[in-house]
Amino acid sequence: METVFNHPLFLPVSMIVVIIAVFPLLAGYIVLIERKVLADFQVRLGPMRVGPHGLLQPIADALKLLLKEDIIPADSDKGIFWFAPVISTFTALTAFAVIPFSEKLAVADVNVGVLVIMAMSAVGILGIILGGWSSNSHYPLLGALRSAAQLVSYEVALSFALISGLMVAGTLSMQGIVKAQQDRHIWFIFENYGFMIVPFVVYLISATAETNRAPFDLPEAESELVAGFHTEYSGFRWALYFLAEYANIFVVSSVAVTLFWGGWLRPFPAVAWLEMPLNVGLPVLIFLGSGASSLILVKKLKDPVQQKTLVGAAFLCMGVAVPFLIPAVNAAIIGLFWFLFKVAVFVYIMIWFRGTFPRFRYDQLMNIGWKIMIPIGMASVVVNALLGMLRAS
Amino acid sequence: METFSFYAFAVLVLGGAILTITRRSAVHSAISLIVSLVGVAGLYLLQQAEFLFAVQIVLYIGGIMVLFLFVIMLVNLDEAAKERQFNGQWLIALICATVVGLQVAWFMTKGAGALKLAQVPVAAAQTGAPVSPGNVEAIADVLFSEYLLPFEVASVLLLVAVVGSVVMAKKRI
Amino acid sequence: MSVDDAIRFLPELILILAATLIMVCDPLTSTHRKSTLAVLAFVALLAALAATAYSSTDPGKAFFGMIVVDGFATFFRAIVIVVGLLTVLSSNRFLEREGANSGEFYALLLFSISGQSMMAASNELIILFIGLEISSIASYVMAGFLRDDSRANESALKYFLLGSFASAFLLYGIALVYGVTGATNLSDIGSRMQPDSLLGGVAAALMFVGFGFKISGAPFQMWAPDVYQGAPTPVTAFLSAGPKAAAFAVFVRVFTVAFGNIGDRWEPLIWISALLSMTIGNFAALGQTNVKRMLAYSSIAHAGYVLVAITARSESGVAAVMFYLGAYALMNVGAFTVVGHISRKGERYLRVEDLSGLGVRQPLTAAMFSIFLLSFIGVPLTAGFFGKFYIFKAALQSDLIWLTVLGLLNSAVAAYYYLRVLVVMYMQEPGEAVNEVEPLSPALRLSLICSAAGTLILGIFPSGALHFAVKSAVLK
Repeated sequence: METVFNHPLFLPVSMIVVIIAVFPLLAGYIVLIERKVLADFQVRLGPMRVGPHGLLQPIADALKLLLKEDIIPADSDKGIFWFAPVISTFTALTAFAVIPFSEKLAVADVNVGVLVIMAMSAVGILGIILGGWSSNSHYPLLGALRSAAQLVSYEVALSFALISGLMVAGTLSMQGIVKAQQDRHIWFIFENYGFMIVPFVVYLISATAETNRAPFDLPEAESELVAGFHTEYSGFRWALYFLAEYANIFVVSSVAVTLFWGGWLRPFPAVAWLEMPLNVGLPVLIFLGSGASSLILVKKLKDPVQQKTLVGAAFLCMGVAVPFLIPAVNAAIIGLFWFLFKVAVFVYIMIWFRGTFPRFRYDQLMNIGWKIMIPIGMASVVVNALLGMLRAS
Repeated sequence: METFSFYAFAVLVLGGAILTITRRSAVHSAISLIVSLVGVAGLYLLQQAEFLFAVQIVLYIGGIMVLFLFVIMLVNLDEAAKERQFNGQWLIALICATVVGLQVAWFMTKGAGALKLAQVPVAAAQTGAPVSPGNVEAIADVLFSEYLLPFEVASVLLLVAVVGSVVMAKKRI
Repeated sequence: MSVDDAIRFLPELILILAATLIMVCDPLTSTHRKSTLAVLAFVALLAALAATAYSSTDPGKAFFGMIVVDGFATFFRAIVIVVGLLTVLSSNRFLEREGANSGEFYALLLFSISGQSMMAASNELIILFIGLEISSIASYVMAGFLRDDSRANESALKYFLLGSFASAFLLYGIALVYGVTGATNLSDIGSRMQPDSLLGGVAAALMFVGFGFKISGAPFQMWAPDVYQGAPTPVTAFLSAGPKAAAFAVFVRVFTVAFGNIGDRWEPLIWISALLSMTIGNFAALGQTNVKRMLAYSSIAHAGYVLVAITARSESGVAAVMFYLGAYALMNVGAFTVVGHISRKGERYLRVEDLSGLGVRQPLTAAMFSIFLLSFIGVPLTAGFFGKFYIFKAALQSDLIWLTVLGLLNSAVAAYYYLRVLVVMYMQEPGEAVNEVEPLSPALRLSLICSAAGTLILGIFPSGALHFAVKSAVLK
């Protein structure tokens, strides 16, 4: 047993298993949060039926999707139609391989980590294009063309934003980037006299476009293209596309967190006296608080089964707070907590965008990409290079 | 393991290339080409050239092939597929292919010694520049010192290509 | 990058910057004043010529041996820049006539020349290839610059497709060379190439395919007549002189410096190609009625003569190549300029008969054209005579007796179709085409006089240029 644990491949393999097993569930819950938050923006309740406050909705959705009939259009290119969603999901999940969840928790620390993520997102475009084309139908084809044009355009701006970040970090390795921030006692968003905020904003906007999220969700604009490239998809294949989309959201958020917001570092990583309140106090407060506040909601529920479920969920939430109180365990998991916490903030921001901004017109989208984002991205590379030299000298 | 990976990638490269020229549907050809390019990327990885691996995928698959597919989808190729092909020189092609094939076979029977390949891949970086810690750094060192001029001049080439395609494609200059 | 590096790369730098400047200025100039851009291009070329001369005062390598400035490089740089100057002079009026005067043309021209100049000075396969591609891509576009003309489109497309194919062969050869020697620097390749290297021979053959296309040597000459005929005439003049001279420059440099050790292997290839080019070019030109097409075939034949000098594999051969290309560039650009002037709007008058009576109506133009044609034939007192003389002398010194004999026979054949044009010009009544031809514009006149003067000076006092060529022919 000891040899198994100490085997160099043990941690990566178990990480892979955990990610592939857990992420679909996580994606389901991101969808639930998205629906709930959007509902709140629009002063509705959102899903309420399955489980208390719709808490079990993702599981019901997953079952439904698995059991639905898998329709393949008669005139489609069957092989490609089958394979296209697999490309999208495969690439999206492969990108997880280089994400540094904490100092120890990562499948692999590749010395070209950022490029691997770029490569995977680039290949992922193929899934969308081929899916849209193989359906042999007008709306999917138009959706696929739009998305290809959009992704290729925004990838340029995205790369420029990444280059600014990489110049400050001096490495392409994802762990190396976080370690550089640890050594320099600063999150890179505040580096270069605060000018790194510019590439970060460019990154955030381009990343939103890269993931086909509102307000850049032209490829699947329901009012004009039905559902865009996946109009003809149903059942599990459709679910794969959605899994890929949410995986991509998670990945771009992770890159933003790693490159600009300190990865698994806590705020003010060099200020020692903040260790206690931030590393122990905050997580305990969050988990205990949210558990306790959901207990209040129990009384409003009428169905006893739902009441019991909510109580169980509340105690589960409070139970998560316990490991943070044990110093040895805390040290092991606090990095993961901070990383996921920051990623969650980004996921929330993306949902917020969707609830707030109206969709762009196609020409506006291209104008923003080519005439605003790319020039700003380029300029920020130059300015950050100069500032970096100034800082170093 | 390494030998196995090499042959696996080699099969991807060659199989993809053969499918590229034999498929009738342009999209299928493009996909086969992508498979072939992935194989090349894999071979780079086997040579521990991680940077080239990632760049190969980003540029060729993410950039060039996506645009290829884009264009193929915009153009109506069904008409073109029905047209009779006008390359009627298969006999000459066959002769050329046979001759090249025989040459290759002859080189193979002679063994590696006959080819007189360079014994050491003499990279410019090894001539005295400090050895860099990683692949990316090594490429950067060479690219921005010894090969600075080709690197910069290549941008002129791209500029010319852009200007040229705009001149040829635009309705009115 | 040191100052020395910059100075040795100065001509290319000037050209690239000027081309970019023209692109920037183009939208700011109104449609009628595009000639200002031609002036800008002209000045830039003059500056580049001056820079070439200046950089030759301090010869040496630059950028880690990527480029080398020696007599050979300077000579060919000067040739391509002079060709560019003459092209600018003749194309401005032409483009105005066809309603296509725009900054892009001059920008592409300058880019193309910068690529050729880079080729001339390159000492490295990578920079050579990039230079070649810059030059080629710009020329593809220039060949199809009159986009409403279906023949120009055909020309551009043919040039582009076949040219890319040829570049692929060249690149394949470069890859093999790197495999064999582990180097891309020509001097390193030369010292590492084993004389019995099989793969080295294959690489040389593949690279010969690429170069053979660019110099339009047989059996890779098929594109030349169609492309030369379809392209706008000033562009044809440029294509048949600039890119060809630059391609010959790299051809000679690569095959003498890098493949010098395996000379026995490639010599037969070039021998056959030289003979084929001369024969095909001259005999095909005999039957042409279109002047442009006839000159295109004649340019294939002239490539054949130069290949004879390369086959000689000696320093005097290299010197002969240099001298011949210098002479050829001047007379070829001149001849095509005359044809472009006569052809009139839409290039309607291109048959040989359309030249009838030119000697009566425009004696100056006819006289210039006669000088160029006589020089093509190789009549004494013209540059062509000494060019051919040195080539065949070098061939004889290397014991290429059969090739020399066949080459001389070819020159005799060639005399027939050139003389036919002379007969038509002077001994026939002026036809409809010549009667309405407009007078020479000052720029055209300058261009023609310069080329004609150059042709005559090289023919009467060849020693200066030849001395320089012989001195620079030592490649290492």
